[in-house]
Amino acid sequence: MALITCEKACFAYEGRVVVDKLDLAIQRGEYLCIVGENGSGKSTLVKGLLGLLSPVSGRVLYGEGLRNCEIGYLPQRTEVQNDFPASVWEVVTSGCRGRGPFLTAAMRQTANENLALLGISDIRSRSFMQLSGGQQQRALLARALCATKSLLLLDEPVAGLDPVVTREMYGVVSMLNHTRGLTVVMISHDIAAALQYADRILHLSHEGSFLGTSAAYRQSPLGLAFAGGERHA
Amino acid sequence: MLEMLSTMFSYHFMVRALIVGVLVSLCAALLGVSLVLKRYSMIGDGLSHVGFGSLAVATAMGLSPMAVTIPVVVVSAFLLLRLSNRGKLKGDAAIAMISTGALAVGVIVLSLSTGMTSDVNNYLFGSVLAMSASDVRLSVVLAAVVLVLFAVFYRRIFAVTFDETFARATGGHAEWYNMLLALLTAVTIVLGMRVMGAMLISSLVIFPALTAMRVCRSFRGVTLCAAAVAVVCYFVGLCGSYWLSTPAGASVVVVNILAFLVFAAIAKLRR
Repeated sequence: MALITCEKACFAYEGRVVVDKLDLAIQRGEYLCIVGENGSGKSTLVKGLLGLLSPVSGRVLYGEGLRNCEIGYLPQRTEVQNDFPASVWEVVTSGCRGRGPFLTAAMRQTANENLALLGISDIRSRSFMQLSGGQQQRALLARALCATKSLLLLDEPVAGLDPVVTREMYGVVSMLNHTRGLTVVMISHDIAAALQYADRILHLSHEGSFLGTSAAYRQSPLGLAFAGGERHA
Repeated sequence: MLEMLSTMFSYHFMVRALIVGVLVSLCAALLGVSLVLKRYSMIGDGLSHVGFGSLAVATAMGLSPMAVTIPVVVVSAFLLLRLSNRGKLKGDAAIAMISTGALAVGVIVLSLSTGMTSDVNNYLFGSVLAMSASDVRLSVVLAAVVLVLFAVFYRRIFAVTFDETFARATGGHAEWYNMLLALLTAVTIVLGMRVMGAMLISSLVIFPALTAMRVCRSFRGVTLCAAAVAVVCYFVGLCGSYWLSTPAGASVVVVNILAFLVFAAIAKLRR
């Protein structure tokens, strides 16, 4: 059984079906990139995988003990967060589940481990809004790690980052995938990086979708049209 | 100075205004941090106008003002929240419609029942004489409930305020916490409306949060600072209104403005 299985799942955005009869099994430990043009249903699919949106037909199943509220989600960045008074520690620990008013010792330990893992222990008391884009993404990634043990779902994690920080970010995600065995599902516009890092590619488009290994994607018509220009120019 | 304070608080109505005002300021400041950050500032303003309308109707019909106003404002709070989040009307336009509508109904009812007397003035701009002993008891109980709920759900309120999508994705029941926030705000506004006035009560929600955000950079820091600023400003404003014979509500707002300016100056100097 896969972590998440979509069986002929259709998702609608504002009454229009944008993801049509998708069959997808996300396996433990894999690195899956979801690519596609704007409006092809990537963000809608993310909501569906998170359980925030029910499929209009078909099913989404969670397996291997994963519950939909245990997905480590890194949302697209919003402008609100840039003038929000919050320390890095507050942001990261908000990923810890549990209702009580206080952090438990276990929550503190998890948060500290994840801060260390992402190399941001030294900025834990800094203000989130004063950090650079890359540091903010690391803090939000640490928050996502607090919320999950198995699956990271990253929605355009490098959007708006400069090339150096982008490469660092990919390195961090790759490290989490390899050394921590975390399953990674990443929405991306960066097709070259998707081909470089991902095991499998899901390409959503209005003319049908593609799902397969990165190598197979390079040879497919969709892959040639979408990535070909960049790779063979 | 001490003598003046002791004469001031030898009047029962001043003690009542102080107790209720301090509690309401505290609640409003705590909730205000979330409301301001979620861009819901205008909801507080809309609710106070609805409160004015229902207060006028309750008085005209000879009903207990609090017993009628609290449920009406709570229901409007849920309505406003739903309108802001979804629906065909844009949130700010919906709030403006509801608040001016409620204001109009309130003014008509008041002028038909008692005529446009000083009562209207008291409703709109508050009066330290407005609170009865039973009002004070109710206020203390409700304020305690607001404070306890805020403390218990503090971490979740932060999570939902900072990033609603993430909170929902991790099973945070964001809708539920938005409702809780609206409910607590509604109760706080109604409690504070009598002393501060319907036109001025939302300042208690907005000012302390904005003032604290000038200098504090963490959510906890802003929350604690806003609470402290709110209580101090209320106390100073109330004393000022007694010494200078100015209206209490307006005086508290002016002190809040001064505090905001001082904090903004401190922020400038630090940079």
